[in-house]
Amino acid sequence: MNLLKKIVGLLAILIGLGAGYYLIVNQAIPLWSNGGNDLVPAIIYTFILAPIITLGMFTFGKYAIQGEFDN
Amino acid sequence: MSQKKQSLSYIIGASSVGTLIEWYDFYIFGALATVLASKFFPGENPTAGFLNTLATFAAGFVVRPFGAMFFGRLGDMIGRKYTFMVTLMLMGGATFAIGLVPSYESIGYFAPILVLVLRLLQGLALGGEYGGAATYVAEHSPAERRGFWTSWIQTTATVGLFIALGVIMFTRSSMTKEAFDNYGWRIPFLLSSVMVFVSFLIRRNMAESPIFEKAKAEGKTSANPLKESFGNKLNFKYVLLALFGATMGQGVVWYTGQFYAQTFLLKTCNIDDVQSNTIMMVGLLLGTPLFIVFGSLSDKIGRKGIILTGMLLAIICYRPIFEKIYQTVNVKNKVEVAGSEKIEVVKSLAPKSTTDSLATTTTTRSYTDGTLFKEVKKQILLADASLEIPKAEVKKTITVNGSDKWTLVLMIFCLLFFVTMAYGPIAAFLVEMFPTKIRYTSMSLPYHIGNGVFGGLMPAIATFLATQALDANKKAEEIGQAAVYAKPYLQGLYYPMIIAGVCFVIGLVFLKDKSHDLEERESSDKTIENAGNLVA
Repeated sequence: MNLLKKIVGLLAILIGLGAGYYLIVNQAIPLWSNGGNDLVPAIIYTFILAPIITLGMFTFGKYAIQGEFDN
Repeated sequence: MSQKKQSLSYIIGASSVGTLIEWYDFYIFGALATVLASKFFPGENPTAGFLNTLATFAAGFVVRPFGAMFFGRLGDMIGRKYTFMVTLMLMGGATFAIGLVPSYESIGYFAPILVLVLRLLQGLALGGEYGGAATYVAEHSPAERRGFWTSWIQTTATVGLFIALGVIMFTRSSMTKEAFDNYGWRIPFLLSSVMVFVSFLIRRNMAESPIFEKAKAEGKTSANPLKESFGNKLNFKYVLLALFGATMGQGVVWYTGQFYAQTFLLKTCNIDDVQSNTIMMVGLLLGTPLFIVFGSLSDKIGRKGIILTGMLLAIICYRPIFEKIYQTVNVKNKVEVAGSEKIEVVKSLAPKSTTDSLATTTTTRSYTDGTLFKEVKKQILLADASLEIPKAEVKKTITVNGSDKWTLVLMIFCLLFFVTMAYGPIAAFLVEMFPTKIRYTSMSLPYHIGNGVFGGLMPAIATFLATQALDANKKAEEIGQAAVYAKPYLQGLYYPMIIAGVCFVIGLVFLKDKSHDLEERESSDKTIENAGNLVA
């Protein structure tokens, strides 16, 4: 179970980084350049969702790999 | 024993009524999004106005975590009761004030700015309220029935939404459409002040939580709840676990079932306003008792299994359920009554113009199963023929028959079923994760990030994804290519499905059903104090 937690922790880091990349590069940057109404989702993606998901999942995954959640 | 039960019922009732009113206050804004867009947000395009309102709605959600930290800190330092009295008054005041703000036509940009500020205050107040009420009730409840008693607090969000929709429907039906658009929409906001005052009188007589009182008497309250909650790895890791393993998924399931479903009925399926509100209300009414059922069941079989099963069912069933809703309403699946189509064209002077005219074309059709279709197309006809013709504004409205209405109610009930599984036991679950001295702060933040940010943004993000898919299909059609998305109206569902999926896996692997004994959790206070292990 502890090994599984470490694997999921690693996946959490990868998901966090992947989600952050997707939200910024694929979603936010094109929306910023569109301007207008697209600025609303651009702000949400850049300043709210991406930091919470990326930093949060990264920290969570790091703790899991370090064994903080081990039985 | 009977005296104790009676007083516990009073405590739960008084706490729940206050929380319910706060949810009511919060949701009337969302439920009146379309009207508010036309009153406060400039722009000829109603979709732009609607998106603006959704953004304001989102702003109300995004500040919730800040309210959770601010009021959570107060609640852990000075007490649960006084803190949620403040949040109640703040919410009531902000809601009442929204009902008084003059429209954009009267005061220009001050109007949307004022509304935005008041909406942010609402978000702050809600951020402080829920954690306080849940903690307060949990700290009064016996360990073996905590899931049952806290589940009453869990019903308040749904009942608050139900009452919000009910008050709006009643107000709409008691006056003409013009009167509602002119001033009637303000009534649900102003009515809030009466409810808040009554709740204030009830809450004023309540005693402080016994567990918090004990901790305070023994000098065990926290001097810096924020630092102890989030600056200490031993506790912070549980905050992250609560967020990514429980509240994040629960939040998107909640908002998909109760909010996106309504947006989907109105905007995607074009169901008549009153009928979609009725469908939602009946679904909510039938589903609400399940919060108590699953809360109570969690006392017997554990909370984790129920919460995660709710998420899993949601992930599996979302697409079939929303597809069923769409196809039930889709007039392409129905047979038109021969000769039922009526087209009426009315020409008038275009608004704010002395030369251009406005052609309003109303098309009505009826179908053999009793479904009625109405399309109102407003086209500005420019006097100067050399200018480009503006895009026509088209509003479609579908009124389904009785049998289809019940099919839609059943679908909404299914969505509510998942909501109650994921949400019913979550208050007890979160409360049991954290020690008394930092419980209010620690449980409030993951709850409000999960619900406010991941959940609250769900309708806006899902609508945006579905619109993007529709646009992609339109562009493909324009250049003669096949549609990019077979079912663009379902694209928005990927957001809750992915979020709930990640949450499900993390919850399955990492979560444990904690001890139900809150006193037992006090032992961890010492561990946290001694650890002093700051997050890198």
